[in-house]
Amino acid sequence: MADSNKKLVLDPLIDNNPITLQVLGVCSALAVTSSLKVALVMAIAVTLVTAFSSFFISLIRNSIPSSIRIIVQMVIIASLVILVDQMLKAYAFEVSKTLSVFVGLIITNCIVMGRAEAFAMQNPPVASFVDGIGNGLGYGLVLLLVGIVRELFGSGKLFGFEILPTVSNGGWYVPNGLLLLPPSAFFVIGMLIWAFRTWKPKQVEPADFKIVVQSEGH
Amino acid sequence: MSDQDTKLGAWAKFKALPIDSTPKTLLVAFSLCLFCSMIVSGAAVYLKPVQEANKALDKKKNVLQVAGLYSPDVDIDEVFKQIEIKIVDLKTGRYTDVVNAQTYDQKAASKDPSMSIVLTNDPASIKRQAKYASVYIVPTSDGSIDKIILPIHGYGLWSTLYGFIAIKSDGNEIAGLQFYEQGETPGLGAEVDNPIWRAKWPGQKVYGDDGKVKISVSKNPKPAGEAGRFHVDALAGATLTSRGVDNLVKFWMGEQGFKLFLDNLKNGSL
Repeated sequence: MADSNKKLVLDPLIDNNPITLQVLGVCSALAVTSSLKVALVMAIAVTLVTAFSSFFISLIRNSIPSSIRIIVQMVIIASLVILVDQMLKAYAFEVSKTLSVFVGLIITNCIVMGRAEAFAMQNPPVASFVDGIGNGLGYGLVLLLVGIVRELFGSGKLFGFEILPTVSNGGWYVPNGLLLLPPSAFFVIGMLIWAFRTWKPKQVEPADFKIVVQSEGH
Repeated sequence: MSDQDTKLGAWAKFKALPIDSTPKTLLVAFSLCLFCSMIVSGAAVYLKPVQEANKALDKKKNVLQVAGLYSPDVDIDEVFKQIEIKIVDLKTGRYTDVVNAQTYDQKAASKDPSMSIVLTNDPASIKRQAKYASVYIVPTSDGSIDKIILPIHGYGLWSTLYGFIAIKSDGNEIAGLQFYEQGETPGLGAEVDNPIWRAKWPGQKVYGDDGKVKISVSKNPKPAGEAGRFHVDALAGATLTSRGVDNLVKFWMGEQGFKLFLDNLKNGSL
């Protein structure tokens, strides 16, 4: 049991990462990675929501009628997200101001629902909880990696502390403004997927089509 | 069969139904919704006082920031004590005590028909304006007025920007401008929060010699000499937000806003 739990946590970090392999939750990864602090809070929030929603859904999985199972999952996820949002507003006001609408959008994060539907509906509560933690951490890992690149090269800072003194503050570094805009996360995530798949060639999907050189003279 | 037997029979029949049957589906849906709604509303009610306190603290922090009294390690409540809150009747430009200055909520009042007026001339696109405004008075060490902090708001591109403008005791020179709530485009319009842009406001003047509002946010180059004191550079790439800020500053500094009050302040007739 301990071994399988370890696997449930470690697998989604690299080998079965929700963003780079399953390509879920990319939309929110674009929005919240321009500063590391926000990315970290978002990662924690998503991990908690995924773990607890998987836990509760798994707990009642045998009484959920299959005709309304998606709605039941949504209701549980949405309630948890509102709970997280209210807690942030009460105990981490500054962060909740920066995250604003994105906390609410955890509801639409495909990872939460994906894990509920793919894992929690068939597995016991504790395993589902651990699976949720693992996938949340996998998501968080990518978020932090993207956040480091974007904040360091976009504004010369990490966690708000100046690392590369920027020109506007009298330093030498000219920040790359593109990295502060959402599209840049596409590039960073793309490169990350490339790096992961070069490191672990098993992750490369077989080509859907084969490129063939057409014979001449037709 | 007695009544109880029928009931038990019905329950047993219900229990024997498959999970996917209509009655069981309805029961699951209903009880789940009831349970979740209790959790959610419980959390909202229980956490509300803390959230309200945060909002109030955040507003105080912004008042201190625009007054230049804030640094990350000050005790906000302690420093805020030296600031005096007063209510100004915008129609007469004088202090009034029709509402309690400590508890008055201008934002709520501007939505209340009995506390606000509908604007016909509405450059800041705020539709309704509260009759009374909270002003914050920052005293000097000898008790005279150092700065007056006035609440301003108006529509930008996507959102209503809420902020404060600090005016020196001459009723003309700007000491600072800051927005505490806005939802403009990050990286473009949201740069109204950028300290470098905010630093362009202190030292500028609102009114020309003829007493008319002369300050403007404009993309034209800053004029040389004294004329440059009525100019603030617009934000690059944020034409509509800049126009919104220009409109709302002109509106709140004008006849419909705080002009009467600032005139009274200047003439010492408060």
